[in-house]
Amino acid sequence: MRYLASLIAMIVAAPAALAQGKPDPGGLGFQEPMTEIARRGMAFHDGPLLVMCIVITLFVLGLLVWVSIRYNAKANPVPSRFTHNTTVEIVWTVVPVMILVAIAVVSFPLLYYIDREPDLEQIASGEINASVEEQAAAGLGWVNVKAQGNQWNWTYSYPDVVDGSGFALEFTSNPVHSGLSTDPATGERLLSVDYPMVVPAGRYVRYYTAAADVIHSFAMPSFGIKTDAVPGRLNEGWFRVERPGVYYGQCSELCGRNHAFMPIEIRVVPQAQYDRWVATMQSGDFDSAARLVATIEPLDGTTRLASAN
Amino acid sequence: MPMDEIALDKAHHDEGHRPSLYSPARWLFSTNHKDIGTLYLVFALIAGIVGYSLSGLIRLELAEPGIGPLASMMEWMYGVQGDQAIEQAKQYYNTVITYHGLIMIFFMVMPALIGGFGNWFVPLMIGAPDMAFPRMNNISFWLTVAGFGLLIISMFTPSGNGGNGFGGGWVLYPPLSGLRGHSGPAMDLVILSLHTVGIASILGAINFIVTILNMRAPGMTMHKMPLFAWSILVTAALLLLALPVLAGALTMLLTDRNFGSQFFVPEGGGDPVMFQHLFWFFGHPEVYIMILPGFGIVSHVISTFSKKPIFGYLGMAYAMVAIGVIGFIVWAHHMYTVGMPVDMKAYFVAATMVIAVPTGIKIFSWIATMWGGSITFAVPMQWAIGFIFLFTLGGVTGVVLANAGVDHALHDTYYVVSHFHYVLSLGAVFALFAGWYYWFEKMFGVKYNAILGTVHFWLMFIGSNVIFFPQHFLGLQGMPRRYIDYNDAFTLWHNVSSWGYAITLVGTLVFFVGLVEAAVRRRKAEANPWGEGATTLEWTLSSPPPFHQYSTLPRVKADEAH
Repeated sequence: MRYLASLIAMIVAAPAALAQGKPDPGGLGFQEPMTEIARRGMAFHDGPLLVMCIVITLFVLGLLVWVSIRYNAKANPVPSRFTHNTTVEIVWTVVPVMILVAIAVVSFPLLYYIDREPDLEQIASGEINASVEEQAAAGLGWVNVKAQGNQWNWTYSYPDVVDGSGFALEFTSNPVHSGLSTDPATGERLLSVDYPMVVPAGRYVRYYTAAADVIHSFAMPSFGIKTDAVPGRLNEGWFRVERPGVYYGQCSELCGRNHAFMPIEIRVVPQAQYDRWVATMQSGDFDSAARLVATIEPLDGTTRLASAN
Repeated sequence: MPMDEIALDKAHHDEGHRPSLYSPARWLFSTNHKDIGTLYLVFALIAGIVGYSLSGLIRLELAEPGIGPLASMMEWMYGVQGDQAIEQAKQYYNTVITYHGLIMIFFMVMPALIGGFGNWFVPLMIGAPDMAFPRMNNISFWLTVAGFGLLIISMFTPSGNGGNGFGGGWVLYPPLSGLRGHSGPAMDLVILSLHTVGIASILGAINFIVTILNMRAPGMTMHKMPLFAWSILVTAALLLLALPVLAGALTMLLTDRNFGSQFFVPEGGGDPVMFQHLFWFFGHPEVYIMILPGFGIVSHVISTFSKKPIFGYLGMAYAMVAIGVIGFIVWAHHMYTVGMPVDMKAYFVAATMVIAVPTGIKIFSWIATMWGGSITFAVPMQWAIGFIFLFTLGGVTGVVLANAGVDHALHDTYYVVSHFHYVLSLGAVFALFAGWYYWFEKMFGVKYNAILGTVHFWLMFIGSNVIFFPQHFLGLQGMPRRYIDYNDAFTLWHNVSSWGYAITLVGTLVFFVGLVEAAVRRRKAEANPWGEGATTLEWTLSSPPPFHQYSTLPRVKADEAH
């Protein structure tokens, strides 16, 4: 019922509502997918994989129940002695192989889709089939963000956003809550940060991960992404979020005492708001910039406003 | 155990050699495979209590959001107050999950299944008087105990970053396990502990391989050997090949920490990811090391209580060999998110999914063994049937995780925690209890109360499902592993999970009541309580078996079933 209700709510509010990427109380499945990566991953999991899991588990359970009823000592006092049956042995080898091949046929394209970033020039020029929005976004090129994991916060830098002296925009994003008595009552507990990472809605974002001390992992469940931040290495990935909103993730590689207290908050805002945020950040007034994205503007100014809370 | 005294079979001429139960020398200097097996089982029981208590701390802390029980514990242990206690608790939580994993793997499941049942029943089943190297058997056991001692000491040794013990997870990834993460001596003691228990396992593996290859009774060809002996042979081979790799990685870590080498130190040109490759080259075979002996046990239990020979014996034996071989070429599926080339990930996806085929053959062969049988639901059979169902459930989520595209979302979440507890905590441990109730009378010479055994089974079956099934939901929703605290949205399923632990706690108490009951009542066991279905050689001996068996080697006739 909860699924149905949220589905209806999603359809009714779809185009303009502000999206939120955070865990659902008592939720049973994935968080609502917000990128094509997450949508494809969820379709793969909730489709073929979940069906495979349920069918095989119920099949084995059914067989166990059946043999327990049909062949218990009361029902079948004299056991047969057969130990071979070539036909069923071939069947239970070949059928699983076929199931696995069927899974692989879906799995490999998904893996390559996630791992190989799209060619924006081809999308922009129309060589690759894409929507008008995707084409327009591809024409603007990549938004590059580097996320560096530290014990215990994230430092974000925007290599393409440089000031007059050539320094890239860089800031550290600290958790609001640390599980201590001094934690404020405001914000999403254990998920909110002081200065969130901000990216423009609809744009292709390429993120890099690195680490300053030990291994961390940059994860955003509603985007379907997770990339380890390994000291001495630079990893990368990509995503594109259509809907403006606030999305939460958490460090996903054990990194010491405050592992549970270095959340990732990404605010996806319309390009115009993003540009203003960038300008304010460059002025050095991080607090004003954070206030600027506290309320996320809708993509189209004529549709109703929604505010982040 | 005082129970085996009453069953002394005076008719057996070897019985005169059985030393007193209360002689320290009998246990300290033992070279008898059955006594060493008993030592391993008692040791695993003690280590299991420690590991299980640690998981109790985890579930207690995670029952509600916020940091509560562990902070109170820190106040009591270290006399710190308020937020200082909370900061201590954060480090302590990481220590608890780390030692829970290490103890359960190296000091509970492995000693019980390989050291305990392997020592007891490989010689009995293949018709050998003892293990090939009885004194090496003794040192294997005592090195395991020494390793456990080092690990426990390390829990109370400074970590180097506040608090005691190493809190970097059982996978020991540097730089968290290096000087940067844990500069204190706790981590060095973990390394020494694992080296010690690793040597113990390698010696044990050599002993099993030599015993199985050379000491089978006349007429018992490899293709007539009981499946439990097959499972231990494959397990021993995996240990022999995998453990030296872990030992190498640990030694590199040790020299990084103490002698200035830079194998895994990025500042010095080292690579932390190399450790992960080395670790999982050991670590993946390790999970099969834990489950394969269980496969062997379950095969015997299913066959015995179906009163039918095992279906597809050769297929069963070689499925285990196949699982062992493939187990060595799938390790990096634990590392899909570290930044590997996509083609490499694709390879590991394909290789990993292949394992589902021999595993499926085993599941279906067990059911085919029951098919057409005359099944009785004695306590060991309940555990074995429970094992088949739970292992299947853990197996299908393993296929889900094998797909790197989905694993990007699920890696390092509770989905993974749920998956590996289904195959280990509910797989290996259920097989362990199947073996325990199957061979209890044979080992100790007294009967147990079947009603208590049944109650134990149902409480554990229900309880562990209540613990681990909701963790799938948490993982899909994005709840990361190894978190002391969580957003309130995760409360419901964490709370349910903790109640599940309470159910297993009652089940565990029932298990100990059953032990005490059997020890007090001392009902004399029969040589073969299971009847015509129990066909392996150990059932031809008295219960408990004579101190030295097979002074005249049994002969296996060519037409006899395995």
